[in-house]
Amino acid sequence: MPLVDLAGAGGGTLSAEALTSAREAGLVGCTRCTRVWPRGTRVCGRCGGALHSRRPQSLQRVWGWWFAGLICYIPANLYPMLRTRTLLTVQEDTIVGGAIELATHGALAVALIVLIASVAIPVAKFMAIAYLALNLGHRARLTAHRRQQLYELVEFIGRWSMIDVFVVAILSSLVQLNAIATINPGPAAFTFALSVIFTMLSAQSFDSRMIWDRAA
Amino acid sequence: MSAPDPATPRLAIDELIACPRCDALHRAELPHAGERAICRRCGTVLIAPRAGSYGRILMLATTIMILMFGAVFFPFLQLRVAGLRSDASVFDTARAFAGGNMAPLAVAVALLIVLIPVLRVLLISYVLAPLAAGRRPARHAAAAFRLSEDLRPWSMAEIFVIGTAVALVKLADLAQVVLGPAFWMFAALVVVTVLQDGFMCRWSIWRALEAER
Ligand SMILES: [Zn+2]
Ligand SMILES: [Zn+2]
Repeated sequence: MPLVDLAGAGGGTLSAEALTSAREAGLVGCTRCTRVWPRGTRVCGRCGGALHSRRPQSLQRVWGWWFAGLICYIPANLYPMLRTRTLLTVQEDTIVGGAIELATHGALAVALIVLIASVAIPVAKFMAIAYLALNLGHRARLTAHRRQQLYELVEFIGRWSMIDVFVVAILSSLVQLNAIATINPGPAAFTFALSVIFTMLSAQSFDSRMIWDRAA
Repeated sequence: MSAPDPATPRLAIDELIACPRCDALHRAELPHAGERAICRRCGTVLIAPRAGSYGRILMLATTIMILMFGAVFFPFLQLRVAGLRSDASVFDTARAFAGGNMAPLAVAVALLIVLIPVLRVLLISYVLAPLAAGRRPARHAAAAFRLSEDLRPWSMAEIFVIGTAVALVKLADLAQVVLGPAFWMFAALVVVTVLQDGFMCRWSIWRALEAER
């Protein structure tokens, strides 16, 4: 059984700042099952997951998915999400247009939900991921603890942007009343869904342990 | 969770736990049932054992499967306009899109709200059923549990519930819309899933899988 000297990098005090990281102790921790292995171990013997002291090319992947998400997000806002055809009219709604439509019909709360889920959350998410990726270690103005909370918020809330995609799917399956009205998804439904998926992958690629690394 | 004690700096490696979020090392100490061990640096929950949790998770998994069956085949919204009626079940929705150019959207929606949640329930049951019965873990249990954990963020039934509510309001002008039985099944499903998640201590499960191998 290998023994580990913990007094090394962290120092003797028990304050949170002084905690030793697995990397500083010459070890590698499994991010799935939290088991610790000697540095250089490739695969976790407990859960079978790949072991990385810090995920390789984490930032490249973060930025790759980030740009893919952004590229999909632009057409998602320019093209219609919904095509509503009634007896006399054909109406095309973009994300923002649909929300304004809701608001003018008095459904302010729902308009707000749509705007938050489809505009505020995606935009805030792009900014938050960029901030986290650009401010690693102890250079950042926000403390590591705040940045960790920001990351958890991004992970938790990002999925909720899918609401609008589900709404489009529901409306277009329900409203197929040949003569009277039909609703069909527009091209933005597809690019918006892709944008949400890509930004989720971007956030998942981020290795939050980098937030806590002491400046090299 | 205690920080490594500086008085006894040399510890066996399997007594340690590294926080998956911030990499801080701790000595693993099993908290009392109902209590949680959290990371001293970032506050991530590391260990949260619950007495009898395997049995409860399996029970809730069965509940989820039954609810999901109803949620897929019953209508979640019903629309009445000018004497015409339109019901939409998840199954109808998927079928309506299957042929058209929106097939990828239909596949994505079916995956996110039905197939992935169902797959996760099956995987979790496969992993935990032998453990609950006090038997050796099933073959490839670790791989099954890994997959189930990877799929967690992609299971979006709860978001679909809110989406249904938004769709209801959007249609209110056009027609008379009623929430169908499947809406309430989806809503119940969300609550049961949250409960199930609360009973699941990942660390305990991984350790049980390792010890019994
Ligand atoms: Zn592991
Ligand atoms: Zn931590």
